[in-house]
Amino acid sequence: METEELLINMGPVHPSTHGVLRFKLRMDGEIIKECTVVMGYLHRGTEKLAEMKTYLQFIPYTDRLDYISAMPNNYAYVKAVEELAGIEVPLRAEYIRVLTVELNRIVNHLVFMGSLLLDLGASTAIMYGFREREKALQLYEMLCGARMTFSYFRIGGVRDDLPDDFMSKLNEFIKDMEKRIEDYKGLINGNEIFMMRMKGIGVISAEEAINYGMTGPSLRGSGVNYDIRKIEPYSIYPDLDFKACVRPECDSYARYMVRIDEMEESLHILRQIADTIPKSEVVATQKYGIAPLTGMPYTAQTYFPRIFIPPAGEAYSRIEAPKGELGFYVVSDGTTKPYRVKIRSPSFCNLTAIPKMVVGLKIPDLIAAFGTIDVVLGDVDR
Amino acid sequence: MDPVTIDTTKFRPVRKKPETALEKLEDTGLISTVLAARERKGLIFLTTVDQVFNWARLSSLWPVTSGLACCAIEMMAVAMAHHDIARFGMEIFRASPRQADLMFVAGTVTKRMAPRVKQLYEMMPDPKWVISVGSCANTGGPYHESYAVLRGVDNIIPVDVYIPGCPPRPEAWLYGVLQLREKIKNEGYGAKWGLNK
Repeated sequence: METEELLINMGPVHPSTHGVLRFKLRMDGEIIKECTVVMGYLHRGTEKLAEMKTYLQFIPYTDRLDYISAMPNNYAYVKAVEELAGIEVPLRAEYIRVLTVELNRIVNHLVFMGSLLLDLGASTAIMYGFREREKALQLYEMLCGARMTFSYFRIGGVRDDLPDDFMSKLNEFIKDMEKRIEDYKGLINGNEIFMMRMKGIGVISAEEAINYGMTGPSLRGSGVNYDIRKIEPYSIYPDLDFKACVRPECDSYARYMVRIDEMEESLHILRQIADTIPKSEVVATQKYGIAPLTGMPYTAQTYFPRIFIPPAGEAYSRIEAPKGELGFYVVSDGTTKPYRVKIRSPSFCNLTAIPKMVVGLKIPDLIAAFGTIDVVLGDVDR
Repeated sequence: MDPVTIDTTKFRPVRKKPETALEKLEDTGLISTVLAARERKGLIFLTTVDQVFNWARLSSLWPVTSGLACCAIEMMAVAMAHHDIARFGMEIFRASPRQADLMFVAGTVTKRMAPRVKQLYEMMPDPKWVISVGSCANTGGPYHESYAVLRGVDNIIPVDVYIPGCPPRPEAWLYGVLQLREKIKNEGYGAKWGLNK
């Protein structure tokens, strides 16, 4: 029989591409022969804007990179600048930072779970995911008043101390969330249809995943034990008891399960922090250099100085964001603005593995495999 | 069709407090305008029935699923159980613009995305409305200085309601939807002549 190859365009406005991403698919009947990812529809010039803003002004832009989990973005940037200027962060601020980041990891994986199931055609899970997310967002509102774009971190600490009743609300959330995760497991994990859609779909071996530069849960789903919190411990992670969740199956189901396990680990971390958080300052009080007008050294007590001049130099700092390794490379030339800021975003590097994963599958399987990579287009295009 | 001028002083509002279902229907003013229309041999009926259309349109606005950036996540939050946009008959987000009559421009419109947004708007059937959500879609917002971002979506398509915020809270979002419903209620000849009281 005579057959003909078909070119199908998918996106940039498509409910399953999680934003504005476009696939060009070369199809042989129903089978994908070649997949090309077209990016850049949300390119906002963030890295160039960084060169126009002062170090403090750039923090809100980091919120808008990976907008589902903004706290890790704040953290990675702030950590890079701190390494550049050699600023010591008080212990309580470190605890608050890890607390907010781990809470955001739960929020991210809830949204991941909901949107993945929605793409597969089951609309119940997203209702559950967003119900819990709403509760976590109420905690964030107590901290900084914002729901999604927090800008809560400051260079040298965090903006404000925890409110008085924050810890009791957090404990309620943890207690509630433990039961909910059990619910999700019962509802989704063993579901026959879900397993048929996920098992053996989007397989990428450990070696290939490393070669494509995948990181985070997507890499750990391929059986590679690579968690920056473990291999290059930062902040207070060495003191905390948690394990990196790894699955050996290399398929979509493994990547999904890694994230569900990670939610439990994050809850475990939150529980430890709630028990052991110390009392101290939340912003560094050391001297930050010389004020240009008065010639006097800064001694910021509550807020970070608006005019902040780190020494000339460069720093690369990376953290384990919910989607993978998030790195900021900051170059300073000794002025108030960064000379260059390069963002190594996890979504972008993970997304490059999609064309490899989906060859030989059908279009609905592309949706399933793409959903488990968990990209956010703000993070891909920057 | 030539526009017909009407002496609106002839129509008096119903003073009596409506009790039965028929009286309540009369109280809406629809019956009296329809009766008045019948006296005028049906010509006005065509122009004043748009109140019924307006009521039907504002009660089931179907938005097109087109999230652009951060605000799209809040759009999902608005649609979910906690804020529940289904209260306004809007929970059916259509994936195809051909089936939608409302467009949320939710997020940063980059210069590369702008032709697609415009095409999406043009693919929607009339009547259609646009709500611009968030600082980026309104004016460019924090990315105003960027080389890659359109400074306001109203440069390419007409906008009915602007919702400020970065991103707007779901409450602000719902308030914007209510404003649009108010706007739709006052569209057409009937409203222009004061017959929608």
